[in-house]
Amino acid sequence: MDKFRMMAQILQSNQESFMNGICGVMALASAQLYTSFEFNCPCIPEYNYSYGISMLVIPPIWFFLLGFVLNNNVSMLAEEWKRPVGQRRKDPAVMRYMCVSISQRSLIAPAVWVSVTLMDGKSFLCAYSMDLDMSEFGKNVSGHGLSQEDLLRTLAKIPCKHIYDGQHILSREAATRYICCISQAFGWLFLLIITIAAFLIRAIRPCFTQAAFLKTKYWSHYVDTERKVFDETCTEHAKGFAKICIKQYFEGISGEIQSFHDHLHGDDSDDEDDKPATEEDKLMGVRRLDTMNKVLWDWHTCKPPLTLRKPGDASTGQNGDCKIQLYYFSNVCYLNP
Amino acid sequence: LMDRLKLVLQYFQSNSESISNGICIILSLISVKLYTSFDFNCPCLPQYNKMYALGVMLVPPIILFLLGVLVSRHTGVLMEEWVRPLGNRTKNPAVVKFLLSSMLQRALLAPMVWILMTLLDGKCFICAFSMNVNPKYFTGIPNSTGLELIKIMAKVPCKEDVIFKNSSFRKAVSRYVRCYSQAIGWSILLFFIFLGAVGRVLKPCFNHATFLQTRYWSNYLDIEQKLFDETCVLHARDFARKCVVQFFESMREDVTVRMPLSNALRPSTIPNEYEEEEEERLHGITRQDQVDNLLQTWYECKPELDVTKMAYKPKVCITWEDHNGKALFSEV
Repeated sequence: MDKFRMMAQILQSNQESFMNGICGVMALASAQLYTSFEFNCPCIPEYNYSYGISMLVIPPIWFFLLGFVLNNNVSMLAEEWKRPVGQRRKDPAVMRYMCVSISQRSLIAPAVWVSVTLMDGKSFLCAYSMDLDMSEFGKNVSGHGLSQEDLLRTLAKIPCKHIYDGQHILSREAATRYICCISQAFGWLFLLIITIAAFLIRAIRPCFTQAAFLKTKYWSHYVDTERKVFDETCTEHAKGFAKICIKQYFEGISGEIQSFHDHLHGDDSDDEDDKPATEEDKLMGVRRLDTMNKVLWDWHTCKPPLTLRKPGDASTGQNGDCKIQLYYFSNVCYLNP
Repeated sequence: LMDRLKLVLQYFQSNSESISNGICIILSLISVKLYTSFDFNCPCLPQYNKMYALGVMLVPPIILFLLGVLVSRHTGVLMEEWVRPLGNRTKNPAVVKFLLSSMLQRALLAPMVWILMTLLDGKCFICAFSMNVNPKYFTGIPNSTGLELIKIMAKVPCKEDVIFKNSSFRKAVSRYVRCYSQAIGWSILLFFIFLGAVGRVLKPCFNHATFLQTRYWSNYLDIEQKLFDETCVLHARDFARKCVVQFFESMREDVTVRMPLSNALRPSTIPNEYEEEEEERLHGITRQDQVDNLLQTWYECKPELDVTKMAYKPKVCITWEDHNGKALFSEV
């Protein structure tokens, strides 16, 4: 467990490397999904093209949207975009930077799927087997005696090994090889284009607007950190609030006020303060069956209000307390009894 | 074990050269894996064989080279150092040249691995150059199919074609071309290793002192940029924390402390530490409507980015006086 915690800490401490990790996981998931997916070309003239092309195009769209869903920064971007201006100006460059960085990360898994699909060649074969140009193979276009429709139906069966019946017209392996070769060429071309684009964006960017880039990077990271710190502070606040609220509720039911318990012990007060809460203190004044039952019953039927009393503000108004107001005047306060 | 792992990680992270070497090696392994999982599909047609084979041999190395340049840390440092304005710091062109050469050397490893693998494997060569072989040297050519010679030679890379059944012609031609391919591959490998060895051995003979300087300063630039990024991150965190706490406290209402004056009480200036910590976490927000108001304002009217007020927060000191104005107890 320690190892996992350490890895989690290392990844989370650096927000960027965490997002890169998610990005890499999605790319691997995309490749794995492709290999485990059973490609099933229908081998029917009307459906081949739609099946082949949708296998190439729809999963990347799905991965792209999934990348947005898994990215925490999307909600941050939306918040920053929609918030009222208030006392803090909005910086469009920061929002552009966040949008671009989110899109860049989300584009990796779709690119992996598209390139793996093109390299494998099955979807291209399924989509374009009917558009095959027979003259490439040196075959006479009209020497087989089949009508146009029958020829199309035969060509559509090329992706399916077991039902292809046109071996005498056109060798299935030759056609498959030809189309796969074109598909792979497209795949490599696609990879080359996106690598060149990424290279231009990353390696050439420092030539332009480097100072402005540093600024937007800092402030976009700041917005993210601030949101996290705000959530942490709210959680701590809620914890403190809840503790005091519950303590006051218990005290309210039991009728005793625990905070003055120690002050009545004279010289021992300092020692009492240092000792950790004794068992007696933890009971918070609830020591009997019926009192505890009342605590539990009222917690459901009559929850206490969300208002914390200040220390000394006893609900039973004992000791005839006088209202004292403090005036702050330089460093000296005057008490007004 | 965990300490050792931590030490190892720290060592690798502190030494940027070893990180670059690691990335370089990972890219080479990716290149190997990519080649073995790639389904080589020679079209076996005279007009497309050469194009396909040379494409497979040359396009992936370009992609791997660009990737190597992209993921290298030195690229960013190099570009920034090259294009920055002069400012207060002079520019040293030797450092830029050093960074460029070390980045190029590392980026060239994965492409070389791919090219060597294609040559040693031989499939690409067979696909590209089977048509250039003179079939006179081989027996058993299938000339009963009525196809032209060049089409037959173009089909040599494809094992499953029917015209080569019961004939050892195809295997003989393949073996011949593969032999050439492997010879070229091994010679290239030998050449580069020789070049590397000679370069390594002879380098200290030229300008070693200058080399030590440029290496130091290029390493320094890298570390400086990393430290700057880290400092920005830490600063943003502290800035955010102060801003948020200040926001909480600005939503606080005026404090009226009501304290009963009982003889049994002595004003305790050291409250229970536990309670004080809790009070501090509350930042003065103690009611539901205050919390609601706080959350609403956080969205509608974010505080300005200025935490100088925090540094000058006035301290509260209490002085207890009796009716005559004589100080009984004071914190001043």
